[in-house]
Amino acid sequence: MITYLVRRILWLIPVLFFVALITFTLMHSAPGGPWDRDLEARQVDKRTQELLNQKFGLDKPLFINLSGGNPFDSQFINYIWGAVRGDLGPSYRQRGQDVQDILFKPPEDKPFWYSKFGYSARLGILAVLFAVVFGIPLGVIAALNRNTLIDYFTLFISTVGISVPNFVLAIFLIILFASRLKLIRIVQQNWDSPGAWIIPAVILGFGTFAYVTRLTRSTMLEVMQQDYIRTARAKGLAERVVVIRHMLRNALIPVVTILGPALAALVTGSFIIEQMFAFPGMGRAFVTSITQRDYSMIMGTVLVYAFLVAIANLSVDLVYGILDPRIKVGD
Amino acid sequence: MTAQAPTIEQNLLTQTLSRPSRSLWRDAWHRLLRNRAAVVSGIIILIFIFVGIAAPVLAPHNPLKVHDGKGYLPPAWVKEGPTGKSGDPAFPLGTDTLGRDVLSRTIYGTRVSMVVGIIPTIIILVIGVSVGLFAGYRGGRVDNLLMRFADIIYAFPDLLFFIIVMAALRETPIGRLLNGLLLLFVALSLVNWVGLARLVRGQVLSLKEKEFVEAGRMIGASSIRIMLRHLLPNTLGPIIVSTAFRIPGLIITEAILGYLGIGLRPATDPNAIFITSWGALMLDGQAALNSQPWVLLTPAICVALVVLAFNYVGDGLRDALDPRLAGTE
Repeated sequence: MITYLVRRILWLIPVLFFVALITFTLMHSAPGGPWDRDLEARQVDKRTQELLNQKFGLDKPLFINLSGGNPFDSQFINYIWGAVRGDLGPSYRQRGQDVQDILFKPPEDKPFWYSKFGYSARLGILAVLFAVVFGIPLGVIAALNRNTLIDYFTLFISTVGISVPNFVLAIFLIILFASRLKLIRIVQQNWDSPGAWIIPAVILGFGTFAYVTRLTRSTMLEVMQQDYIRTARAKGLAERVVVIRHMLRNALIPVVTILGPALAALVTGSFIIEQMFAFPGMGRAFVTSITQRDYSMIMGTVLVYAFLVAIANLSVDLVYGILDPRIKVGD
Repeated sequence: MTAQAPTIEQNLLTQTLSRPSRSLWRDAWHRLLRNRAAVVSGIIILIFIFVGIAAPVLAPHNPLKVHDGKGYLPPAWVKEGPTGKSGDPAFPLGTDTLGRDVLSRTIYGTRVSMVVGIIPTIIILVIGVSVGLFAGYRGGRVDNLLMRFADIIYAFPDLLFFIIVMAALRETPIGRLLNGLLLLFVALSLVNWVGLARLVRGQVLSLKEKEFVEAGRMIGASSIRIMLRHLLPNTLGPIIVSTAFRIPGLIITEAILGYLGIGLRPATDPNAIFITSWGALMLDGQAALNSQPWVLLTPAICVALVVLAFNYVGDGLRDALDPRLAGTE
């Protein structure tokens, strides 16, 4: 178990390295340099550009320094070395600010969860909570009432939730609640009031909710036919005990496995939802950096996202191994 | 009476024997046709494909034409829209801020979504199936390379990859070809073939130990022949099902990228083949959400409809091709 854990964590290193390499290569194949991308057309003169390039190390070779001296003194390796120490470099657009400060630093005299990352993390946690707290019971109810109206309705809802992307659902709900019913505002939202979080969190978690519901239902149906369930009933256990202790416990194991990909989907799904609701999180910062062509910001955010996804997958694998003793994760 | 009994049985027997033999595919086809949701969804998809092809004939207006003084029109059946204007039958689904016809623009958007669903799929099938067959049958270095490549691809969140590819390469010469669609096809194919190759490889790994492959090898069939004539037909079922589920993912990706403003480049030339996409239309609609929600709503409904239809067809195909799995999920 320990060796497995160590091996899985070490595997993160080449994965993140390749993610960084691909992102770096793509960013640098974009035409133009960071200083002439200014859409506001304030042309920076040649001398200033040279000085800026020197200051940010952009005059160095991209991958390997072949000009003699230290071969590792290149832009990519310096970037990686910085990233390892938690330095994602300066933003090209928000002058004077480093990428990691934009993402992780809360506004003055506010705690950490008021940073862009903190906002996104809170929204993500709410979305997962919604998915699990509503998805599992609904799946159980559907399975216990197989082929009734409740079951068909649940199946329909979950098919819609799985297939229709969350930003399309968001469009429908925004038009319904904000534009027609005037129940929520989508601009100048006060994110300190808890009510404002409900709709974005529900939309963000809806796909996962649908998936959890469907999977709980199908695994419950499978578990319900097992011999040990008949045994449990034959011993005279109360139905509630049979359902919760014997069925649900076993039916939940596969549900845990999808939470990894689901978390990843939440992470990447969040930036469209954040953009739509003008939510002050990391996703919206990412979208803004794309439209502004803020390449260092794009790259830093991609790395953070890839890291989060990798960690999510890793932890789910581990939890799966603990939950189901039949699975040996070491193999 | 007792003498007749055997004849009836014999009749039945000859009847059963004389029935034309039904292939696996015919059976699957009949099972698929019995699935009402799949049939309706299939028809919906065919309609969308037809609309995409016949867009110039079906669209009532030129999608790029700005109708002066006709902006902000609500759909034709609305008496008084949010801006106080009433619908005009000439513009059934209303107009956008500039006075361009929403219906015509949506019809042209269908074209892009259908093409994004079809062309990368063909590339993915060709590359994924051939690499998967080869890696599974021959193993060795190709197999190793495929699995390592797959590890990296799976670690990279898909959408992030598409976003950085589109953001970085949009302004390059390649990024401008076909209004940026070519780059999108390449990016989509690059990520998606790996999953298919892994699926085919897994199937081939278990199939190649079967007797019929051994028999083929015994009579001297070449590797290519074994792969194409014996292994491929046996992996077609899973390939078809996974393709049906992959297409909506491609369409959604295009819509998301369009919505972020880094998908298709909206054309300025009215004779261009690809003028606008559902994603780009949603981006337009988002800006004027309160005054003209129909601009946002029309493409959103289309995306939802197409994606749902493909999922139902996928479900139907899975049940039809592998009846053992029917109803388990």
